[in-house]
Amino acid sequence: MIEFRSVSKQFPDGTVAVDDFSHVLPTGKATVLVGSSGSGKTTLLRMINRMVEPTGGQVLIDGTDVAKLDRVRLRRSIGYVLQAAGLLPHRRVIDNVATVPVLNGVRKAEARERAYELLDKVGLDRALGERYPSQLSGGQQQRVGVARALAADPEILLMDEPFGAVDPIVRADLQLELNRLQRELGKTIVFVTHDIDEAFTVADQVVIFRKGGVVAQAGTPAEILAHPADDFVASFVGADAGRRSLQLQHRPGDDRPLVVDRDGRPIGVLESTVEAAPGAGASAQGGTAT
Amino acid sequence: MTLVLDALAWLFSPERLTGSNAIPTRLLEHLFYTGISVLVAALIAIPVGYLIGHTGRGRELAVSISGAARALPSFGLLLVVVLLVGTTRAPLAAVVAFVLLAIPSVLAGAYSGIEAIDRRIIDAARAQGMTEWQILLRVEVPLGLPLLLGGLRNAALQVVSTVTLAAYIGLGGLGIYIFRAIPLRRYDEMLGSAILIVVLALVVDAVFALLQRLSVPRGITAGRATRTRGSTPGPRAPMGSPIAYK
Ligand SMILES: Nc1ncnc2c1ncn2[C@@H]1O[C@H](COP(=O)(O)OP(=O)(O)OP(=O)(O)O)[C@@H](O)[C@H]1O
Ligand SMILES: [Mg+2]
Repeated sequence: MIEFRSVSKQFPDGTVAVDDFSHVLPTGKATVLVGSSGSGKTTLLRMINRMVEPTGGQVLIDGTDVAKLDRVRLRRSIGYVLQAAGLLPHRRVIDNVATVPVLNGVRKAEARERAYELLDKVGLDRALGERYPSQLSGGQQQRVGVARALAADPEILLMDEPFGAVDPIVRADLQLELNRLQRELGKTIVFVTHDIDEAFTVADQVVIFRKGGVVAQAGTPAEILAHPADDFVASFVGADAGRRSLQLQHRPGDDRPLVVDRDGRPIGVLESTVEAAPGAGASAQGGTAT
Repeated sequence: MTLVLDALAWLFSPERLTGSNAIPTRLLEHLFYTGISVLVAALIAIPVGYLIGHTGRGRELAVSISGAARALPSFGLLLVVVLLVGTTRAPLAAVVAFVLLAIPSVLAGAYSGIEAIDRRIIDAARAQGMTEWQILLRVEVPLGLPLLLGGLRNAALQVVSTVTLAAYIGLGGLGIYIFRAIPLRRYDEMLGSAILIVVLALVVDAVFALLQRLSVPRGITAGRATRTRGSTPGPRAPMGSPIAYK
C-alpha cells in the first residue's frame, strides 16, 4: 500500500507542482494517474522512489515514511519505467535488463539468465538481448524498460507514460500485455498517462488531476464514466460528448445483447465473460471501441 | 628548394645519431617532459573536472579559469615560473609551467565529457538505484571518455610544441637545435629540427585520435542514431584539431 499524506511540492523556482495531495494506492492494484500536461503526475510518481523530495507531507509505503528509508535501497526495490526508456547506451540490452540484480550483487551469469526470461515475458526475441539500445525501435526500447523494471522482482512498479513513443497498435498490444503481467504477477502499479483511454484500459483505479496536482475525481473506471464528478471530468473522459454512453440492446432470438452507441450504431457484442471481469467491464470496452 | 633539401640532409645525416646532441636522446627528453607534464595535469584536472561534471557545480569558475589560462603566452609563463621557482630548479619550473598550460584542456575535456551525456540517461541510472559513485564510474566515465581523450589530445599537442622552449633554459629537448642554430644562422638545422617537431606533433595527434576513436563505446558507434550530445565536439580545440568521432 502506498499512501500520500497531504503531500505538497514546491520547486525552488516557486512552481507549485503538487498541493496537499492525499490518496491511498492499494497493494496489488494498478492505479493510473491521469491529467493534462504539467498537472504534477510525474512529480507525484517520483516522490515514491525519492527522486523528488516533497516539501510538505509524507509518502508511506506499507506504513513506513519513505523519507526514513535509504534512497539507493528504496530505488532498487521499486521498478521504474521512465517515459524516455532511459537505457544505458553503452551496455547491451541484456545487461540493461540485468542492471539492478547486478547492483544487488547477483552473479552476472545468473542475472543474465533471469534477464532473458524477462525478455520472453515482455514479448521480445531473446536475440535482441545481444544488441545495444540504439539498435532497437522505440517500442522495443520501451519493452526493455519494462523488463528492466521487473528484473529485481519489485513489489511496486512505477510507469511514467511507458508506451508514449509507440504507435496505437503496438500500444494497445503493450497495454494488454501489461494487464496480463499485472494479473500474473500481482504488482502494485502506479501508471502515469495523459491518455484517458489508456488509463481506463490499464486501471483498477483512476485518479484524474487538474492543474497543480488537485484531484478532480478518483475511482474505478466504471464509477468515473457513470458518474463524472463535474464538467471538467465529464469533458476529460469524453462523457459529455456522448462518446462514452453505450447501451445494451436485447434482441429477440439472441441471448447475447448488442452494444450500441448513442446513435444506435452497433459497436460489438457483450460477451458474458466480460461482465465477469470486475472493473474492466463494459465501460472499458466502450472506451476502446469508440 | 635547396633549403628544404639542406634541411633534410641535416636531418638524415649519420651525425644526428651520435654525440650528446643525438636526435634519439633529445627526442626522449622531449617526450619525457611532455609525458610527465600531461600526466601530472591529468592527475590534477581529471578528478576536479569529474567533480564539476558530476555535480554541475563550479562550472562557471572552471570555464573562466580555463579561458584565462588558455590566453597565457607559453613563453612568458615559462620564464615567469622559472624566475619564481629559481633557475637552479629549472626542470621543476619547466614542468610546472607545462602542467599549467595543459590543465585547462584536460579540465574542459573531463567535465564536458560528463556534461554532454543525455541527462535522462543519468536520471534513469540514479532511479534504478545506482549510488553516485556507480553513476560516475559505470555511466559517466565510459560515456565521457571520448571527450576526455579529446582534452588530453589538445593538452598533449600544446605541451609538445611548448617543450621546444625548454631548450632556452638549458633543459634540452628538440628545441636545442633551433636555439643553437639561430645565432649561427644555420638554416638547414633550424628547418630540419622544426620539421622534426612538426612530425612529432602530428604523430602525437594521430595516436590520440586513434585512442579517441577506440574509446567511443560500442553501443554508440553501433547505433543508427546517437542521441548523446557527446557526438558533437565539446571542448574547444585550440590547436585546430577537430575532435574526430565518426
Ligand atoms: N525540477 C523542476 N523545477 C521546477 N519546476 C518543475 C520541475 N519539475 C517539474 N516542474 C513543474 O512542475 C509542474 C508539474 O510537472 P510534472 O512533470 O509533474 O507534470 P506532469 O503532470 O508529469 O506533466 P506531463 O504530462 O507533461 O508529463 C510543471 O509545471 C513543471 O513545469
Ligand atoms: Mg510527466
